[in-house]
Amino acid sequence: MKLSAQDNVAVALRALRAGDTVTFDGTACIVDRDIAVGHKLAARAIAQGETIIKYNCPIGVATQPIPAGAFVHVHNVASSYLPTYTLPK
Amino acid sequence: MLQGYLRADGRKGIRNILVVAYLVECAHHVAREIAAPFRDRGVHLIGFPGCYPNAYALAMMEKLCTHPNVGGALLVSLGCEGFNKRQLTKTIEASGRPVQTLGIQDAGGTRKTIAVGCEWIERTLPALAAHTPVAMRADELVVGTICGGSDATSGLTANPAMGIAFDMLVADGAAAIFEETGELIGMEHLMAARASSAALGDELKRTVAKAAEYYATLGYASFAPGNADGGLTTIEEKSLGAYAKSGQSPIAGIIKPGIAPPRKGLYLLDVVPDGEVRFGFPNINDNAEIAELIACGSHLILFSTGRGSVVGSAIAPVIKVCANPETWQRMQDDMDVDAGRILDGGATLPEVGREIYDLVARVACGEPTKSEALGHQEFILTYKSFEPLGPACLPAA
Repeated sequence: MKLSAQDNVAVALRALRAGDTVTFDGTACIVDRDIAVGHKLAARAIAQGETIIKYNCPIGVATQPIPAGAFVHVHNVASSYLPTYTLPK
Repeated sequence: MLQGYLRADGRKGIRNILVVAYLVECAHHVAREIAAPFRDRGVHLIGFPGCYPNAYALAMMEKLCTHPNVGGALLVSLGCEGFNKRQLTKTIEASGRPVQTLGIQDAGGTRKTIAVGCEWIERTLPALAAHTPVAMRADELVVGTICGGSDATSGLTANPAMGIAFDMLVADGAAAIFEETGELIGMEHLMAARASSAALGDELKRTVAKAAEYYATLGYASFAPGNADGGLTTIEEKSLGAYAKSGQSPIAGIIKPGIAPPRKGLYLLDVVPDGEVRFGFPNINDNAEIAELIACGSHLILFSTGRGSVVGSAIAPVIKVCANPETWQRMQDDMDVDAGRILDGGATLPEVGREIYDLVARVACGEPTKSEALGHQEFILTYKSFEPLGPACLPAA
């Protein structure tokens, strides 16, 4: 679901599998990988450098082009404030 | 109608705890041994580990030992530490509470101090038990809120539901406190628009700027790896979810640790120290913030979690609101409210908000929360330094 009409990312209300089809504003797109509950996917194609909008608010900037339906997370988004720290996998 | 234990300062407590407080880490074991046999009889362990004096730590201990939920205090000192035990003892005495200060070096060591301490508690507990509760109004209640172990569901379910409960409590005339300015980064303009005066709005922005600067110096945001595992990508995304805890009420003022809200309404607790960066991270974990909310007079704490925190606290009950339906399935023994059912349409935000509000009243009347029943009494207090509140922080009503 999109939390706000202006958002360019949507939130998974249930776990999604790679290859699932989701529809945003009448346009179908294919989910690029498994996405857990609460995680985000692109609701439309997002350009590198574009602001990520969720709750109709900026939550960071795309560090690479993100196709519609792709998983949106720390690998392709950076904070405009302080870097995000994650443990090495 | 709520029930409370009336204290000499006119405030009422929803619990009648006896605290055992160590005044330096060297006295921690002895204090723990004194408290252990009374674990299920309302005796809680708190303390300060440092040997060097610190005005913040002293003020925190004064506020905690004279908190309305506390009926008496046993202080355990090694004897040579820097903590100003004389001032703490006097403050507790002046509050009308029973207090005893033991020095391990004077008492003759570990075994003798434990024996004397246990004997004092046995003698003192009946006096606390004789204290009968009186009627308490909703507008005498102070409630704090925090989120911990957040994930992307926290901002969708538990935090906005707690915000609704907060609005209901504020409408009843209670004081409500939200906090963690480091997790309000990006929210400063939205927050300033809710301030009861323009000058307070500027102070709110300054408070968040101070937090951003402090965390930038330390090199990390208030963001744990588990937040990212749970779908949060950046600190500003986490902040948006965290901010929802505050509800929609106007912001009546800014307070700092140990300062009680002067009247009803919604307050922001500024937890980030003033001045140059000293002593490390503002709050090294959730319980450091919980202790500060309690030192501001919070009778109970609303705690939202997505990943699944299990903590409670010494002195004040903690109500756990679980944001994530998968976490609820795994950990419901630790959770008081299932807010995750909002995600699949099993309940609406207002319904869960109402549920939290009703549970606050029951817990205030003595119903134990899950963490309380499980014996969780986490507590931590570390070094900090604050300057006094600016004049615009608490506008006249």
